[in-house]
Amino acid sequence: MVGKNVNYSFETMHLEASQNTTPPRVKMEAKGVDVYYGDKQALEKVDLPVPLNRVTALIGPSGCGKSTFLKCLNRMNDTVVGCRVTGSITLDEEDIHSPTVDVVQLRARVGMVFQKPNPFPKSIYDNIAYGPRIHGMTRDRTELDQIVEESLARAGLWNEVKDRLQEPGTSLSGGQQQRLCIARAIAVNPEVVLMDEPCSALDPIATARIEELIDELCNKYTIIIVTHSMQQAARVSHYTGFFHMGELVEYDHTEAIFTNPQQERTKGYVTGRFG
Amino acid sequence: MNHKNETPEQRKYLAKRHAASRRFRWYGLMGLGIALTTLFLLLGTMLLKGYSSFFQTQIQLSVSFDQTLVDPVGDKSVESLARGDYRAILGNAIKRAFPEIKSRDDRRQLSKIFSDGASFQLQNLLISHPEWVSTSQNVWLIASDNVDMWVKEVVDHDLPESQRRISDLQAKWLAFLEVNHQLQLRFNAMFFTSGDSRNPEMAGILGAIKGSALTLLITFLVSFPLGVASAVYLEEFAAKGRWADFIEVNINNLAAVPSIVFGLLGLALYLNLMHLPRSAPLVGGLTLAMMTLPTLVIATRASLKSVPDPIRDGARALGASPLQVVLHHVLPLAAPGMLTGTIISMARALGETAPLLMIGMVAFIMDIPGGVMDPSTVLPVQIFLWADSPERAFLEKTSGATLILLAFLITMNALAVYIRNRVERRW
Repeated sequence: MVGKNVNYSFETMHLEASQNTTPPRVKMEAKGVDVYYGDKQALEKVDLPVPLNRVTALIGPSGCGKSTFLKCLNRMNDTVVGCRVTGSITLDEEDIHSPTVDVVQLRARVGMVFQKPNPFPKSIYDNIAYGPRIHGMTRDRTELDQIVEESLARAGLWNEVKDRLQEPGTSLSGGQQQRLCIARAIAVNPEVVLMDEPCSALDPIATARIEELIDELCNKYTIIIVTHSMQQAARVSHYTGFFHMGELVEYDHTEAIFTNPQQERTKGYVTGRFG
Repeated sequence: MNHKNETPEQRKYLAKRHAASRRFRWYGLMGLGIALTTLFLLLGTMLLKGYSSFFQTQIQLSVSFDQTLVDPVGDKSVESLARGDYRAILGNAIKRAFPEIKSRDDRRQLSKIFSDGASFQLQNLLISHPEWVSTSQNVWLIASDNVDMWVKEVVDHDLPESQRRISDLQAKWLAFLEVNHQLQLRFNAMFFTSGDSRNPEMAGILGAIKGSALTLLITFLVSFPLGVASAVYLEEFAAKGRWADFIEVNINNLAAVPSIVFGLLGLALYLNLMHLPRSAPLVGGLTLAMMTLPTLVIATRASLKSVPDPIRDGARALGASPLQVVLHHVLPLAAPGMLTGTIISMARALGETAPLLMIGMVAFIMDIPGGVMDPSTVLPVQIFLWADSPERAFLEKTSGATLILLAFLITMNALAVYIRNRVERRW
């Protein structure tokens, strides 16, 4: 096993460029990110570019630090006791830890969908309207109605719920709840959407529905998805990062990771020898 | 069902395990049975002894409201009627009802079957019916407490005359009145409309109820905002660490401090240091608020803790500020639990006596308090005072007041249960 040698993927981006059109711009970028929980180091020197309007998947065995990394991107780790993040994480070349960045604004730009669907115990309408309301995005009810409809439509939920917007969000099925959470996240019009194992609590049909949705959404949003399922990463993502023991072992074009991994550990994981 | 590989040892062991769980169920049922029996005995005796306090013996007399006696000024104004000589009116009415009784001693005995409050009763009646001046009316007047006890047969009628407070002569008159339907047990409105009195037949609990209400109001106004604010701060904002643990341990300890200690603190702080009025609901409420605060903080923190973290995360990830997370999401979800905790700790404060004794709420107070600075008493202290009184008739008053207090407590607890069941958990 060779030492740490992240295959920094600008080459693959060029590959993509040579294959298709213009290379994607880097939307978010982590450089030398270390995360500590108390004395324990959870992430070590992670460098990872997140290309604009692409789906980036983070894979790896349990406890490898992929969710920790995801939470750094919208600073959800801030409130975790004893958690410390060093290194730089930029959003459009601006450091998200700089004092000029308001964490509340950051989270409006970098939305998040959680592992377990967590709709608010409010009506479907209020679930979607909550974000736009607190950010003062609308001037009147008509605009708000429009945002709610658009968000639900974009999350592929509008036709299922348009006649029951006043029913509680918790009355929906698991898959619908997760799509409601996605609609809620995109209602504030974020630039990046983080998804932390969004399908792990769902059945295969609901999972397929969400995967389709991710495919549609990446035209408008930059998506980073943490997943346990390698098949899912292969199906939905354009780029994949493989985490192991708090390190980013390899980052490349998804196809390359699954067909031609450069690292022994990556090869072992994607072929199912460990993990 | 016999498994074919089961050994005799295994079967024996299984039988033992089943026997143990059966025994355990029996212990539980026995405990429950004892508890329920005690409860029913308590409530039963209270009801049996106490319900009679809601009725009192009254005697009907034909009273003539002589204008020269009741309306000295002659304009039927409240001031003029208040200056009337109602003792004389009552005396005349009694004389007319029993014309055959001439001797001074017998007359005195006769007038003693009426309460000292009967003349006040006449005065109040006339003030509310000024048109009765110069007329004769049949009115029901309250009998003395001794007569009341005699009629309710609390006192054994077969005792020798020297050992009872109703003489043979009085007993004869009472029997005569009863035969003429001029003596009845009637609803005791006075019990619910007047303050404390040295005369049991005139004592009421309105003063204590109002005192309790004012005291609880102060307790609630002080402890609810303070308790909720501290709990929200400790649970949602404060950094977890050694200090938070230290404060938590102290709050738990405070909740276990005997209530009389809070009474001492109230005495030192509010009376000696701040010179607030003694026996006032304000001081009582502040003292009870100190006692309630730790319990309230603990109950509120528990209900805040029960709000699942994913809800907070969801709101935070949308860009809600910490205060918005609490106000929009956590507090509404924790509200039923908080309310339940508050009602239960208020119920505890309502039943509390010891700390109030320390701040002088144990005084004999006849007036019904009009505000939080007026001297007053509260229900449990009123019960304590009546239980301590020598007059036989206060015994049923004690039970009656206990019934009223229990009714308030049960209502409050039922309300708490109702809120808890009504507002289902929505996550």
